[in-house]
Amino acid sequence: MPQQQRIYEVMFIVRPDLAEEETERVISTVESGATAAGVAVKNVERMGKRRLAYKVRKFQDGVYVLLTVEGPGSAVAELERRLRVAEPVIKYITVRVDEQQKRLAKIKKIRDSKVRQRPQTADAATGSEPAPATA
Amino acid sequence: MADEEKKEVTTSSEATAAPTTNETPAAPAPRFGRPGGPGRRPGPGGRPGGRGEGGPRKFFRRKKVCKFCVEKIDSINYKDVRLLQQFVAERGKIVPRRLTGVCTPHQRRLTAAIKQARNIALLPFAARY
Repeated sequence: MPQQQRIYEVMFIVRPDLAEEETERVISTVESGATAAGVAVKNVERMGKRRLAYKVRKFQDGVYVLLTVEGPGSAVAELERRLRVAEPVIKYITVRVDEQQKRLAKIKKIRDSKVRQRPQTADAATGSEPAPATA
Repeated sequence: MADEEKKEVTTSSEATAAPTTNETPAAPAPRFGRPGGPGRRPGPGGRPGGRGEGGPRKFFRRKKVCKFCVEKIDSINYKDVRLLQQFVAERGKIVPRRLTGVCTPHQRRLTAAIKQARNIALLPFAARY
């Protein structure tokens, strides 16, 4: 059975005391590490420096980066291993998002169909309203 | 901390003391439970209005409604700190459903999201004092 392609969000925090270009380098190494691990990087979002809610490795703030990747779970495990080993990355979390996206799409579809129904009734109401005015 | 616990006790005793009609018992609790919480009231308008504060236990209970149902917020995401913070007490605790009025399915998702956010240091496990 082939391994399923799933979508994950990997958020990690880079230590804040690095220079900008060094941070960029860390991010690009993580990216290339992700592709090497066997996941496709779909999006990279730099969320910038933020204050941490608690101290992590004696750092009060950190540079948040959000990766959206697609690949099988084993590859994501490998990516996590790389993150754990990477020294400038102080924290990371992986969240599987495809199920959630599916759920949201479903809700949206239901809602859209409801919206589509409503304008018809609204049209009927507006259609009936001007009629007496003209008559 | 002890103070907070004491309040908790008073709320629960109130809740039990209140006549147990359909959904009234829990409703008055939050207002007396945390008087004067500095602007970090969890729950979106789920609170009863400012009326009846002076009268002895005479207040209008607005039925608490789930913020997520009312505003049609579909995704409760761990990245949305602003949203999650409304449901976290000052000390970093997750505010119970009976205080915020969030419905069970949404509270479940909310709890999961808050815990994820804690893991990535977006929310505190416990606020330091």
